[in-house]
Amino acid sequence: MEALIQVQDLVKVYSLGEVKVQALRGVSLLIEKGEFVAIMGASGSGKSTFMNILGFLDQPTSGLYLLEGMNGENLSKDQLAEIRNRKIGFVFQGFNLLSRAASLENIELPLIYAGTPASKRREIAQNALSEVGLKGREHHHSSQLSGGEQQRVAIARALVNHPSILLADEPTGNLDSKTSEEIMDIFSRLNQEKGITIIMITHELDIASHAKRIILFKDGKVVDDHKPEMRSR
Amino acid sequence: MIRILAGLRIALRALMVNKMRSALTMLGIIIGVGAVITMIAVGSGAKKRIAEQIASMGSNLLIVMSGSATSGGFRHGAGTVPTLTVEDAKAILSEIPGVRYVAPNLSGVAQTVFGNQNWSTIIYGTTPEILEIREWPLAFGRSFTQQDLDGVTKVCILGRTVAENLFGGIDPIGQVIRIKKVPFNVIGVLSPKGQSTWGTDQDDVIFIPLTTAQKRLFGMQFPGMVRVITVQAREPEEMEEVEEQITALLRQRHRIQPNQENDFSVRNLTEIMSSAEQSAGVMSLLLGSIASISLIVGGIGIMNIMLVSVTERTREIGIRMAVGAKGRDILLQFLIESLVLSLIGGTLGIGIGIAGTLILSTFTQWPVLFSAESILLAFLFSGSVGVFFGFYPARKASLLNPIEALRYE
Repeated sequence: MEALIQVQDLVKVYSLGEVKVQALRGVSLLIEKGEFVAIMGASGSGKSTFMNILGFLDQPTSGLYLLEGMNGENLSKDQLAEIRNRKIGFVFQGFNLLSRAASLENIELPLIYAGTPASKRREIAQNALSEVGLKGREHHHSSQLSGGEQQRVAIARALVNHPSILLADEPTGNLDSKTSEEIMDIFSRLNQEKGITIIMITHELDIASHAKRIILFKDGKVVDDHKPEMRSR
Repeated sequence: MIRILAGLRIALRALMVNKMRSALTMLGIIIGVGAVITMIAVGSGAKKRIAEQIASMGSNLLIVMSGSATSGGFRHGAGTVPTLTVEDAKAILSEIPGVRYVAPNLSGVAQTVFGNQNWSTIIYGTTPEILEIREWPLAFGRSFTQQDLDGVTKVCILGRTVAENLFGGIDPIGQVIRIKKVPFNVIGVLSPKGQSTWGTDQDDVIFIPLTTAQKRLFGMQFPGMVRVITVQAREPEEMEEVEEQITALLRQRHRIQPNQENDFSVRNLTEIMSSAEQSAGVMSLLLGSIASISLIVGGIGIMNIMLVSVTERTREIGIRMAVGAKGRDILLQFLIESLVLSLIGGTLGIGIGIAGTLILSTFTQWPVLFSAESILLAFLFSGSVGVFFGFYPARKASLLNPIEALRYE
């Protein structure tokens, strides 16, 4: 069977004026459907660049990236936007919610761009909100929510279009350890019960240990790829 | 459709968040549209008044006047020496096919008396056609007829001003007034016509049969003498042709040699009036253009604010793009926002413009005229200002790179 994500010799070079920065120097990976992967590495190791490419926010300089056999190369900006909309869910460190909008409206955002009618949007968003345990917080603006609650809204938003992968860029970076645990519990549940593929960047080994696979980046290359030790609860 | 509705909601929310800023931006458009509405209303009011005056004078009019006299080297004005006759008028009507009506007339100023009231006014001795030519209906009574002309009867039709000054509240029909001490029976009163283009009161007039004027009031230096012949052409396009034909006909009838000057003159009044109308048109165009400039300045205000708004909301744009907004979704969002700004501004501007115009006309007594077209035009114009000046900022937003936009602080 074909892998969900297939990455071959991925290279990304940024040119900052005269200086060329090599963010990725040949990354090759396979990620199967239903995996829960943590990507670790020091800052500047290229993991964020890798994540942006996986999320079709950025294009590699060379190399191959296939998501469900689909190549992002040669696609127009509009087609990339459509893939982001349908296939990918993003969760960011800083939550990235629209501060002036209520939780429900934030969750509805991907549905608007998918062309879902308003009445259906509301229903789907409502369900997604209960899914992350925030029933009753529909009309709260993000400024009225705690960090953990904001991140749950962001997770709900990431999932409304039933994406193939959930990409999380340091999802617990702005949260205390207790809230971080809660978020990781949600991730684990989504992965185990719903079979959602999750790829997560993190600094903390503690958080990474929730994943079923840990990939270590260094200087734009994968230097380690292993299963975590069994956690002792 | 879903996207447009959602875009509208997003735009309204964004505008509500910055109420003060939105209001000030709109103010530019409000003033611009208000000025356009006011200026067009004033301009078309002036144009309408002139058009009314032209209509009140009668359309397609040619005035044939007696020639000027030369006595001892001094040339007098047109009409000072009578050269025209009733026969000339009849010839014009019968020989020139483009002529609908002719009304020869002999006029003069005279004192009129009724009871203990007296009033000095212009007496027109003419034929009944004059009322057709000037499209001037009677308010009461009847007009004089061919029998009155043939019988040299002493009957008269009063203009509204004369009727009011001589009779006050009394019904003038059937009463007898004295014109130059000659008794005349009042048989009709005209409907009011108002001021002429030159500000004279057109209602300050009495019409009597031409023959009566010739024989009883003003006298004749030769049989059938008239000073002026009013001619109405059938079609406005034929005016010049008719004018040339009248000139040729009268030169022939008056036996004027090719090297001699005319002893009469033909004036095309409609032409004079339509040039007045044209200058009013130019005036209103000018006023409108000046007002449009302020609308454009308002549009630049929108562009400015939209650019600020795009910069401020770079992160929001990044988030939207990350969850699947296409460039055109972002473009549409900001375009709708500037369109909403300009259309709300436009609507308020129309209200302010109408109110301002009404206040202006109350204080200055200027005639004003609103037309549905001008209001619709101002509305559409403000909308296009919104789209035009909103496009650049919206396009700038739509071209943002999602990664950089997300990183923007």
